[in-house]
Amino acid sequence: MNNGNTASSNGNSLLVIGGGVAGLTSAIEAAEAGCNVILIEKSPFLGGRAIGFNLYFPKLCPPACGFEINFRRIRNNPRITVLTQAELEELTGSTGNYEATVKVSPRFVTEACTLCGACAATCPALRPDEFNFGLSKTRAAYLPHKMAFPEEYVIDRNACIKDCTACVDACRYGAINLEQQIERKKFQVAAVVVATGWAPYDATKITNLGFGQFPNVVTNVLLERMASSNGPTAGKILRPSDGKMPATVAFVQCAGSRDENHLPYCSSVCCSASLKHSTYIHTLDPEAQVTIFYIDTRTPGLLQDFYAKVATNDQLKMIKGKVGRVEEDPQTHDLLVTAEEVITGKKLTQRFSLVVLAAGIVPQTNGLPLALTQDEFGFLANETPGIYATGCAKRPEDVSATVRDATGAALKALQCAVRSAHHG
Amino acid sequence: MDRKLGVYICSGCSIGESIDVNRLVDVAQKEHKAPVCRTHPFLCGEEGLAAIRNDLAQGAIDSLVIAGCSPRTKTNAFSFDSQTVMDRVNLREHVAWSHEPGNEDTQMLAEDCLRMGIVKVRKMEPLEPVSDAISKTILVVGGGVAGITAALEAADADYDVVLVERQEQLGGSLAAVKKHFPTHPPYTGLQETGLPEKIAKVTRHPRIKVYTATRIVKTEGQPGMFDVTLQNGGQPFVHRAGAVVMATGWKPYDASKLAHLGYGSSPDVVTNDQFEAMIGGGPVVRPSDGKPARSVLFIQCAGSRDKDHLPYCSSVCCMATLKQADVTHQTSPATKVYIVYRDIITTGQYERYFAKVQNHPATFLMKGDVVAVRTQSGEHLHVDVKNTLLDEDITIPADIVVLATGLVPNAADNDAIRDLRDAHAKVQRNESETQRAEAEKTVERLRSHEGTEILNLTYRQGPDLPILRDGFPSSNFVCFPYETLRTGIYAAGAVRAPMDSAGAEEDALGAAMKAIQSVEMASSGQAVHPRAGDLSYPSFLLQRCTQCKRCTVECPFGSIDEDAKGTPKFNSYRCRRCGVCMGACPERIISFKNYSVDMIAGMIKAIEVPEEEEEKLRVLLFMCENDAYPALDVAGMNHVAYDASVRVIPLRCLGSMNIVWIADALSRGIDGVMLMGCKYGEDYQCHFAKGSEIAHRRLENVKETLQRLQLESERVEVSQISIDQYKKVPEIINAFMERMRELGPNPYKGF
Repeated sequence: MNNGNTASSNGNSLLVIGGGVAGLTSAIEAAEAGCNVILIEKSPFLGGRAIGFNLYFPKLCPPACGFEINFRRIRNNPRITVLTQAELEELTGSTGNYEATVKVSPRFVTEACTLCGACAATCPALRPDEFNFGLSKTRAAYLPHKMAFPEEYVIDRNACIKDCTACVDACRYGAINLEQQIERKKFQVAAVVVATGWAPYDATKITNLGFGQFPNVVTNVLLERMASSNGPTAGKILRPSDGKMPATVAFVQCAGSRDENHLPYCSSVCCSASLKHSTYIHTLDPEAQVTIFYIDTRTPGLLQDFYAKVATNDQLKMIKGKVGRVEEDPQTHDLLVTAEEVITGKKLTQRFSLVVLAAGIVPQTNGLPLALTQDEFGFLANETPGIYATGCAKRPEDVSATVRDATGAALKALQCAVRSAHHG
Repeated sequence: MDRKLGVYICSGCSIGESIDVNRLVDVAQKEHKAPVCRTHPFLCGEEGLAAIRNDLAQGAIDSLVIAGCSPRTKTNAFSFDSQTVMDRVNLREHVAWSHEPGNEDTQMLAEDCLRMGIVKVRKMEPLEPVSDAISKTILVVGGGVAGITAALEAADADYDVVLVERQEQLGGSLAAVKKHFPTHPPYTGLQETGLPEKIAKVTRHPRIKVYTATRIVKTEGQPGMFDVTLQNGGQPFVHRAGAVVMATGWKPYDASKLAHLGYGSSPDVVTNDQFEAMIGGGPVVRPSDGKPARSVLFIQCAGSRDKDHLPYCSSVCCMATLKQADVTHQTSPATKVYIVYRDIITTGQYERYFAKVQNHPATFLMKGDVVAVRTQSGEHLHVDVKNTLLDEDITIPADIVVLATGLVPNAADNDAIRDLRDAHAKVQRNESETQRAEAEKTVERLRSHEGTEILNLTYRQGPDLPILRDGFPSSNFVCFPYETLRTGIYAAGAVRAPMDSAGAEEDALGAAMKAIQSVEMASSGQAVHPRAGDLSYPSFLLQRCTQCKRCTVECPFGSIDEDAKGTPKFNSYRCRRCGVCMGACPERIISFKNYSVDMIAGMIKAIEVPEEEEEKLRVLLFMCENDAYPALDVAGMNHVAYDASVRVIPLRCLGSMNIVWIADALSRGIDGVMLMGCKYGEDYQCHFAKGSEIAHRRLENVKETLQRLQLESERVEVSQISIDQYKKVPEIINAFMERMRELGPNPYKGF
């Protein structure tokens, strides 16, 4: 990893927007093929959404395992420049010859940070931890998570107490600079990879499913954080209303997806994700009753093996039916889930102690200073030579498919770099 | 070689408050005679780094030990030129942050860590990368849509390409498709396949050489220098290539195995491939009598998602069926189309097309399982469906039944072919009656693999890519889908995993990228993933080799061949630098310049083992540096305390563990040895695929050694650790120490 530019053997530099699975992959793969890469990420750490997951399907292996290797590939590679809290502000020029203006917001912590943690230990201010979807709090001086990369604390100035300098006084290494200002950096790049990723669909919009109204209706992404040992409940899946382990759990598939009123497309990953979530629950409590309400179970390709394996558990029930309504028993905060079988119109209502909405994937493609074509759902279509969308900015897809796609996007970008080197 | 060693000890981040740094200086200077030893309260700061750089510039030192934070942090600060030998000693996460400050045991731990680091660096040598003339030509095997795409995309990045296709024509399976289902916005209309244009482009491209009707006779060599012998009728000829994309595609599942779905019982039961040829012209007619079909019934998952046939979902059949329904309705609007399915799998934006076809008034979707397709002469077919949503079994009449058969990868089963060849050889050698009988049985069992080779690699470990599961030579890693067990050879498209043609194009693009990367890395002597950029490689002291073949057998990547006598022939560009060969070798003749059996043995020797009467135990902990070691770092960051009697030695992979180290440790009086590696077995997490499993197997032999020495087998323990188990690692350490205390000290202490 470096902070400036070095000579490139395979053409000119590339800009990669987004430091999640897709962007990391494009950046590393291109750099290992000889390109110089500037990787910019909006948040203070790399890893995107996936680094907050507990385990990946179908192997049920921890994301940190692959990220550790990828971060090492970055550390060891002088061709990669990582800028966090950085966003593309302007892109001018044309294929092979762009000028990118990147706005870097202050971290207020410099590279001198040693990770000693003295700043957070003395910081008096608290802020909601977005890594845990606000289910927990951090200090205003914080490390996003224990394996965060870059390995530096960050200060959320919006959360600071006025005129407080406790962290500055505590830092023995002079690594805190509360006077840091926004910086603008310009880069000459041959091509741009857009890997801006996704956000979970705002489940409060699906008013009939009760999220935001009843405490024990949660979303799949919240469940990931609860199940993670570095999450807000230290790996326990608990009912928000009373902190108890749920005895019966319902998964509501296509919560927003495949629904003309919300997301008309299929989010691709939620079926496998809910099957995975059922294994989380059964690891914690083998007796828990889990029911998945689905329209179709979509585990394409080799993921079918995973589905077959998980489905052998007698404590897992699969019911084909679209959930029309979730209501709460105000006494117990249990939930009554009513599903309707599409063809017969038969209705069925069951009681659960926790309901998990399999909320879909929404592309994060708005607000970019790039003229890119979006499809009707907001996913980016690759129609501009020199600018290549990849990952969930392009289509809803799982981690493996994203890596595959992002590796290919790196080649499209590399081609521009090679051509530009010839003509430049 | 005598090193001018500099030892730099950081006392920051509470290291100085936890241990007596001056006593560490004594260890460096008095015990180990390091010419330079400095301490600094902020070693990674400008002043600390300047001191190190200055010592290097003055020539006072040529190698250094940095004792401070974990080697996983501050890598930018502590990076020096590649000829400077350096190691980092983890005094922060593994000592100061996880053990009681000011405690004697904490101090002893820190001192031992430093001793190990010093010995390690003294035994390390600067790296000289391999350098040979590297071919950057990409060989693409298979001229279907994936192969053509890989060829074009690599050529467009200025790499020469050799494209080899077995058939007379390019195009593969996609050539039989007239119109394709939509893969682009707005995802509602049929589209052209684009194949003829691509074929024209690939044929004309100045950087691409296309060979059709051509087979690979053999592939010799290694990444950067594969010599590929091709044959298309006449004399064989050789091309040199640097990397390979294997895009050999798929074939339809053999429908004759689907008699239970009526295949073979009537000409009106056809496969989706056959149906493709029947549609798109005029109205759809019955094959049996040529009359217009009033109804067509598709049976989805005909063979797929069925443990008796294909356990996987073939991924393309739902969209293919929807397209065939769509095309049918375009020419025969009144024809009823039934689709009997278990799940309609149209992910992402494909859902749009599903909704469109589903909304056609003559499309009927029916969830259920087909139990029989009955034929009555002159009449239509009857399809019996159970497990429907209507709570009753139903029978649907149909003029044509289309079986949506799945796809089967065109791959060769490397391990089966290797076993078959080995068995053939055994039969020929005629070693003993029982051995021959056994080998003959193996030959019989594997006979169907005869002649199925594709790449025909001349590797000791077999001619093709090893299969992951269900016939696909795919990757076992979620994060690294292009990983294969043969360096520089990447599978792409439907041979790698079930996928449609749009998926295959994308897959080929990525595989072409990996192939390009592989030749670029090879050209500077660097390893590819997961030790990307590593310049070290093993060397073999062959004078002492006993031809035991363990290294050739155990290398997960087939890097080592052997000559007729069984002497290993190492191929450095195939090597991934994991060190499994080094761990395998009973003669200890395999070493890296910066990683060797002798180096780790020296580190073990450097540990001070207290006398028995001191009642202090010592335990060695070998940790996989990729997963277990970072987990222990996080335990340190969380300030979780664990027993200070353990001495950690990180390994490139647990598979590089040589059992001589365990014998060394126990015979020195070390009380126990723990090993922590990655999960192994079906869903292995080991980054070198087999390393962790091999280590476990080697330990079986260690247990016998222990029994011979009359030591309790509990003194050696191996656990599978994943990187997120930072809470469990200290618990395992403490529990092990508890058991060691119960067992009492190693009786070999003091010998």
